[in-house]
Amino acid sequence: MFFGTLGIIRFPDIYTRLQTSSKCDAAGAVAILVGLMVREGLNSFSLRILIILIFLLLTNPVATHAIARSAAIRGIKPWIKKKNVKGE
Amino acid sequence: MTAATIIITVLGVTASLALYRVIFGPTSWDRLIAVNLISSKVIMIMVAAAVFFERRIYLDVALVYAIIGFVSIIAISKFLEGEGTGKK
Repeated sequence: MFFGTLGIIRFPDIYTRLQTSSKCDAAGAVAILVGLMVREGLNSFSLRILIILIFLLLTNPVATHAIARSAAIRGIKPWIKKKNVKGE
Repeated sequence: MTAATIIITVLGVTASLALYRVIFGPTSWDRLIAVNLISSKVIMIMVAAAVFFERRIYLDVALVYAIIGFVSIIAISKFLEGEGTGKK
């Protein structure tokens, strides 16, 4: 979860920021929620955590794709590394 | 330092670091990505508090917060897709 925030702050472009944010959401959330489920054991409490986990797994890629699609339709260009002028 | 303190502190600090991108983001999509990340972290904080402090009502609050966050992200990205062009 910490590296997702680091990528949000440091990366230069919308699409790269979107990639780190999506990884942070999916992997970090699944790890934390599965850990809490195992700590709690089998009861209605962990069943509700499972429902939240399935909902997050379904909706996070959809939200990420919606943001990327709207940025691409409005014509945001992906970031390209500038060439070294002196070397050429 | 219990586990609850560590988890909630780390998530809160990273959520407030992501607030930098909400304030200084160059485009609207950067702000949208950061808001998506912060809402995901707040859901994690709610689930951790529900497990560690034995408050079952926090899980329902987290689920409703996840649903409202998803719908708002989709709505704002569809709005930004056609903003200023006169199309729907």
